[in-house]
Amino acid sequence: MEYLVNNYNYWIYILMMMIGFYAMIGKKNLVKKLIGMNIFQTAIILYFVSIAVKSGATVPILINHAFNTAVDPSKYANPLPHVLMLTAIVVMVSTTGVALAIVKMIYNRYKTLEENEILEAGK
Amino acid sequence: MIGDQSPILIIIIPLMSSFLVPLVAWLRRELSFVLTIAALGATFVCSLDILATVLRGDNIHYSLGGWPPPWGIEIVIDHLNAYMLPFVSGIALLVGIYSRRSLLKEIPDRFVHFYCLYLLLTTGLLGMLVTGDMFNLFVFLEISSITAYALIAIGEDGAPLAAFNYVILGTIGASLYLLGVGYLYIMTGTLNMADLRGLLPELYGSPVIRIAFAFITVGLGIKIALFPLHTWLPDAYTYAPSAVSAFIAPLMTKVAAYALIRTMFTVFEPRFSFELLPVGTILSVVAGIAIIVGSVMAIAQRDLKRMLAYSSVSQIGYIFLGIALGNRLAIIGAYLHILNHALMKGCLFMVSGSLMFRHGMRDIFRLRGVHRTMPWTMAAFVIAALSMIGIPPTAGFFSKWYLLLGTIEANQWGLTVVILASSLLNAVYFFRVIEKAYLEPSHVGENEHLAGGIRNEAPISMLLPTWIMAAAILVIGLSSGKIVSSVLDAAVPKVIQ
Repeated sequence: MEYLVNNYNYWIYILMMMIGFYAMIGKKNLVKKLIGMNIFQTAIILYFVSIAVKSGATVPILINHAFNTAVDPSKYANPLPHVLMLTAIVVMVSTTGVALAIVKMIYNRYKTLEENEILEAGK
Repeated sequence: MIGDQSPILIIIIPLMSSFLVPLVAWLRRELSFVLTIAALGATFVCSLDILATVLRGDNIHYSLGGWPPPWGIEIVIDHLNAYMLPFVSGIALLVGIYSRRSLLKEIPDRFVHFYCLYLLLTTGLLGMLVTGDMFNLFVFLEISSITAYALIAIGEDGAPLAAFNYVILGTIGASLYLLGVGYLYIMTGTLNMADLRGLLPELYGSPVIRIAFAFITVGLGIKIALFPLHTWLPDAYTYAPSAVSAFIAPLMTKVAAYALIRTMFTVFEPRFSFELLPVGTILSVVAGIAIIVGSVMAIAQRDLKRMLAYSSVSQIGYIFLGIALGNRLAIIGAYLHILNHALMKGCLFMVSGSLMFRHGMRDIFRLRGVHRTMPWTMAAFVIAALSMIGIPPTAGFFSKWYLLLGTIEANQWGLTVVILASSLLNAVYFFRVIEKAYLEPSHVGENEHLAGGIRNEAPISMLLPTWIMAAAILVIGLSSGKIVSSVLDAAVPKVIQ
C-alpha cells in the first residue's frame, strides 16, 4: 500500500497514458481522438518531470559562483528532464497544430467529424 | 575549412533554406524552386564529402558548440550512416527536380508551401541519420514526421483522413520511443549513444532496460510501418501528392529503420538484442508475415500507387528479415536492400506520378497501350519492376541473394521459401502491370488519352530524374560487390563478423 501511495505520480502517469490510448483507439470522433493524443503526450511529460524530483533539493542555479568547489548534485533538482520536456512540449504543440489543421480540412470537406460518417461519405 | 564542418552543414543548409524559401518566394515564386535545388545540391556534395572521409578510415565525431560528449550533443558518423547519407540527400535532390512540373499540375497553389516543408522534411531525415544522441533523434524524428503529415494532407480527396490516422499512429510511435528513452535515462543518466553503450551491459538484466528496449522497438516499428503496425501506410502513400509519395515512400521508413538498427546494434549490443531477448525470433516471424501479406495485398489492388504502397510493406519485411537473422550475410543483405528499395520505390512512384501528370489516372486496368504514348517512362518502370522481382543484373537481385544466403546460413529454410515465394508474388503483380501496358492493344474510344498511341512523353524535368534512378538501379546492381567490400563489411557490428 505504501508502495502505491509513495509512487502515486507514476501510477497517475500510467493511468493517464491508458486513458489517452483508449480515447485514440476507442473514440469515433476525430477531436476526441486528438484530445486523447494530447493526454497521452502529457502523461509522458508527467513521467519525465517526476524523475527529476528530489525531496529537499533546490533549483539548479549556482548562487555563490562556486566554480572552484565541486557541486553536490544531491542538493539540486535535475534540470535535464525539464529541458527535454520543454523541447517535447514544442513538438507536442506543433503536432497538435498540424492535427487541428487536418481536422479542419476534413470538416470542410465532409461537414462531419464522426469517423464512421466520413468513411460512408468517402465511398 | 568547409570539409570539417560538413557533418553539421548537411543539417544547417536545408534547415536555413527552408526558412528562406517563403521569403524568396515573395520576390518570385520560381525562386523557391531554385533555392531548394541549390540547397539540396549543396547537401548532396557535403554528404559525398562525408562518405569520402569515412572511407579513408576515420569515423567522424563532431561536438556541437564545442561541448564534449556526453554533455553536449554529438554527431557521430560511421560506415553505416555515411553509406545512407548520399542516397538520402541524392534522392531528395532528384525528387526536388522532379516535383516542379508535377506540383504545378496537381497543387499549383501549394507550390511554395511544398518546398518549405520539403526542405524541413529532408532536414529531419538527415538529422536522424547523423545524430549520436537519443533525444536529439526523437526531435529530428518528429520534425520529419510532422512535415510528412502536412505534406500528405495536401493531397487528393482521401488525403486529410489518411494524414489524420498517420498523425495519431505516428504520435503513439514517437511517444513510446520517448518513453523508452526516458527509461534508459532514468537507469543510466545519459542520452549519448556511445555513453549508453558503455553503461548498459551491467544493467542488461534489469526489467526497466528490457521494457525500454521494447518501447523503442514498438515505437519505431510504427514509424517503419513494420507489419502489423503498417495500417497508416497504404492510405497515406496513395492519397499524397505524387511528388510527396515519390519522396516519402523511399526514404521515411528507411531512415526510421536505420534508427531501429542503430538502437539494436549500437546502443544495445547484438548480444542483448538476440540472446537475452527473443527479438530475432519475433522480428523474423513478423517480417516473414509482412513479406507474404504485403505481396498478396499488392496483388489485390487496382490502383497503381496503392499496389506500390503494399509492396513497400513487404519490402520493409525483407529489411527486417535480414536484421532478425543476425548473421553477417543477412545483415549485409538488409543494408543493401535499404539502398536498393529506396531507389526502386523512388523510381516506381516517379513513374506513377508521370502517369498521373500525362493521363490523370493510375488505374492498372486502364493502362492499355501506355508504352506507345510514354515509352521512356514505361521502360524505367520495367527496369525498376525487374529489380523488385529480383532479376540480375538489377540491384534487387543482389540484396535478395545476400538475404537468401543469410537464411541458409542461419538454417532457416522456412524463411528461404518465404523469400523465393514472395519473389514469385512480386512477379505476379508487376508483370500484370507490364502486360497491361505493353501487350494489350489500346481500344479506341475507351480511353481518350491513350487512343491512337500518339507520343506524349513526360516532360524532361520529370523523365530525367526517373531515368537517373533507373540507371542507378543498374549501376548499383553491377557494383554491389564493391559497395559490400568497401562500405558494408565495416558497417556490420564487429561481434557478428
